[in-house]
Amino acid sequence: MSNEFEVPSEEELREMTPEQLMIVGAEADGVHIMHRRDRFPLRGTKAEKRAERGVAAAFTLAALAGVGFIVAFCAMPWHWHLPGTPQNFRFFNIALGVLLALMLLGMGVGLVLWAKWLMPEEEVIQDRHDDPSSEEDKIMTEGTLITGLADTGLPRRSLILRSLGLAGGAIATVPLVALVGGMIKKPGNDLVETLFKPNKKLFPESGGRVPIVYDDWRRVSPDDLEPGGIATVFPGVHAEIDGVNGVTSASSPTLLIRLRPGQTVEARKGQASFGWPAHKPEYVAFSKICTHAGCPASLYEQQTTRLLCPCHQSQFEVLKDAKPVFGPATRSLPKLPLDVVTAADGAQYFVARSDYVEPIGPGFWNRK
Amino acid sequence: MTSGTPRRSDQPRTPQGKVGKFFDERLTLAGPMRKQLNKVFPDHWSFMMGEIALYSFIILLLTGTYLTFFFDPSMAEVVYHGRYVPMRGITMSKAYASTLDISFDVRGGLIVRQIHHWAALMFLAAMLIHMFRVFFTGAFRKPRELNWLIGLGLIALGIIEGFAGYSLPDDLLSGTGLRIADAIMLSIPIIGTWVAFLIFGGPFPGDVIIGRFYIAHVLLIPAILAALIGAHLALVVRQKHTQFPQAGHTEHQVSGERVYPLYAAKAGGFFFIVFGVLAALGGLAQINPVWLYGPYNPAQVSSGSQPDWYMMFLDGSTRLMPSWEIRLWGYDLPPLFWPTVVLPGIMFTLAGIYPFLEAKMTRDTKPHNLLQRPRDVPVRTSLGAMAITFYMVLFLSGGNDLIAHAFDISLNAMTWGGRIALITLPPLAYLLTYRVCLGLQRHDREVLEHGLETGIIKLLPHGEFIEVHQPLGPTDEHGHGQLSYAGTPVPKRMSQLGAASPLKHIRGFFYPVKEKPEIQAQLDELEAAEVQERDTQHVLEGSAAGSTHTGED
Repeated sequence: MSNEFEVPSEEELREMTPEQLMIVGAEADGVHIMHRRDRFPLRGTKAEKRAERGVAAAFTLAALAGVGFIVAFCAMPWHWHLPGTPQNFRFFNIALGVLLALMLLGMGVGLVLWAKWLMPEEEVIQDRHDDPSSEEDKIMTEGTLITGLADTGLPRRSLILRSLGLAGGAIATVPLVALVGGMIKKPGNDLVETLFKPNKKLFPESGGRVPIVYDDWRRVSPDDLEPGGIATVFPGVHAEIDGVNGVTSASSPTLLIRLRPGQTVEARKGQASFGWPAHKPEYVAFSKICTHAGCPASLYEQQTTRLLCPCHQSQFEVLKDAKPVFGPATRSLPKLPLDVVTAADGAQYFVARSDYVEPIGPGFWNRK
Repeated sequence: MTSGTPRRSDQPRTPQGKVGKFFDERLTLAGPMRKQLNKVFPDHWSFMMGEIALYSFIILLLTGTYLTFFFDPSMAEVVYHGRYVPMRGITMSKAYASTLDISFDVRGGLIVRQIHHWAALMFLAAMLIHMFRVFFTGAFRKPRELNWLIGLGLIALGIIEGFAGYSLPDDLLSGTGLRIADAIMLSIPIIGTWVAFLIFGGPFPGDVIIGRFYIAHVLLIPAILAALIGAHLALVVRQKHTQFPQAGHTEHQVSGERVYPLYAAKAGGFFFIVFGVLAALGGLAQINPVWLYGPYNPAQVSSGSQPDWYMMFLDGSTRLMPSWEIRLWGYDLPPLFWPTVVLPGIMFTLAGIYPFLEAKMTRDTKPHNLLQRPRDVPVRTSLGAMAITFYMVLFLSGGNDLIAHAFDISLNAMTWGGRIALITLPPLAYLLTYRVCLGLQRHDREVLEHGLETGIIKLLPHGEFIEVHQPLGPTDEHGHGQLSYAGTPVPKRMSQLGAASPLKHIRGFFYPVKEKPEIQAQLDELEAAEVQERDTQHVLEGSAAGSTHTGED
């Protein structure tokens, strides 16, 4: 409003009290102090002392809590102990939290109360000055910009403009290429193959077919499972390939299910013999990796023969060859072709007849 | 301070004066500094949300720096030998092992970890509620559209930052989240597999992702967040705060308290209060107990796997998505793509263009510094209610397995309920909010016209009962109020007009403070003078502005 505030002369200013100077200074900045009132116009009243004590109490609490924190931090037991042994370490974190909170809240509440109870209340108005720039400014700036551009000669020197554009493009692209190029990895067969892929060199006994193992590398035998039972199994590839072996690879986890007597799986086209025994499967194995978002679909409901993925609740009907029957998943869990091999010592164990015949896990653009 | 002798120029005697001279001779500070000290901040509770977000960010930087001293972002495998006995002998990544160490082998490490996690949740919650405040009061309008966009960028980056952060411990829960993130990248058409392999450095999980997320989490994204927060605040300083309409508030001025000393004390105090609350949460409320989840193992998952709250809406949208897969010309577009890439893209785009869309639709090209009450802009308010309802359905669906479990509802029914609710509830929320806005508007007008209900029933001579109404201002010959609505709250209860409330503010908590009689007499005198001065001022202001006088104090 009053933009034309005239700052008093230096001599006049020197005669003023600090408060008057503050008001004049504020006016000079377009800040108008409309209302300003001491909360306690009379010094030393009971009410003022009371307010002062309240603020001081908050700060004192902060200081005490700080001391308490240091004491608790140094002196309290904090080592974790098994249940059944003294559990007093549990109070350590609670004590630290409470004392830290008291210290910080004491400080914060003290500051706020100080401002609200003791500092003079005020109502102040500040001019905004947010009109657009003046026409003069705009015109002069426009002229500056145009002249500068004309000085560079770019509008008529199209050769420079184009070559500069090319150079700028190169400078912008090179770091991108360098970074992305350094990080890029060709997807290759990693999304299509798993470690169940037969390997003649590693497994001569089974004709290259990969043995199926538990996560402790014990081979899985048909006798291990009760009817209706399931087990999470893996390809028994010990060797590290790209830093992972059969048990740790994210594409490995497979669910081996033993059906109950009388249950049959409506197999997909061409996959009727993927179970074991091939003519009338009692054992079937599906990839455990959900075809939706890749979580392990590991909750098996024996009664409904459904597999549930706990991440987004896709449900797969085992008896329909792990076809999705509810939730966002669109594809059946891939099925592993099973066979059983008898070892030299007569023990029987499962092998994968081949790799999965389709990519396991979540879908992607060029999935076959 | 109030020394009677005039000061001499350029010869400060006090140490403060000497320091001031030192800096002023080098930086010419006196003028600019006074201007900043005198900057005016309006005081309204709803303006504190942005402050909470800012303070949470500072607390995140402090606690996060502490955590980097102990955390090892390596996926190399080690066998755990730390103090947490149940995990001893188990093979795990160094990232997970060092997170266990922070929780069990670093004295006081657990509380810092928990404060850090709580601060992250608070940071995003405060930003979101701050955004709601800005939206519903129209604070995003010209000239503040740019700051709205920066704020949206902060929320989007904050979500990514939070996700990167809680992925770092490499526990079973966060590993499952990373697995889904990989699947989301794979679902992108054409480039999806390349994107996923680029980020993870090969097939999932690889051995680089924790290290990459770590540097993104502690350096890259915080630097961008800090820069955006700086820009956000710089724009607030440049454009100054908005404020609610009120007597004496205009488009060209901002009213409130100056930074020095009032606002600085209040804001500084508020920082400590936010920190204190987070410290209490870190001490008393367990968060992300990774030692209960175990290290990540691609073959395992726990039921009830929920991400941090700000990711829940994406989890929910993914759960509600029907199993629609598009296969065209031998290529595959997985169902995951729509709820996790397209939907958030649409949500953020809509939010981003909203200020421009509203200005275009309402043909409003003027700058606005005064806020609107949500009821006065029913279309915007209803759109906002619609958006929040949409978001809430997604959010709750992200935990629909927990709801199903807690209330013994079929999980499939929860999913179907969520799908139906997602389509039907937002329009209902729109209609309902619109009606509520109109109702509130009408009631404001009614009070202005007919006065406040006093609760006093009068029996007229001919037997009719009427309720006595207290007009808010001058009335015409029919008893109708002359005040027009000015966008400010209208008093709705007699107590807001001062009825039945003590005339004087009584100080004292347990009992009123009684001053000595002679002091009390002086105080009464002062107060009477002040009340009289204020009344005359009000009359002057009221006749000048011609608006309602409400909400004073």
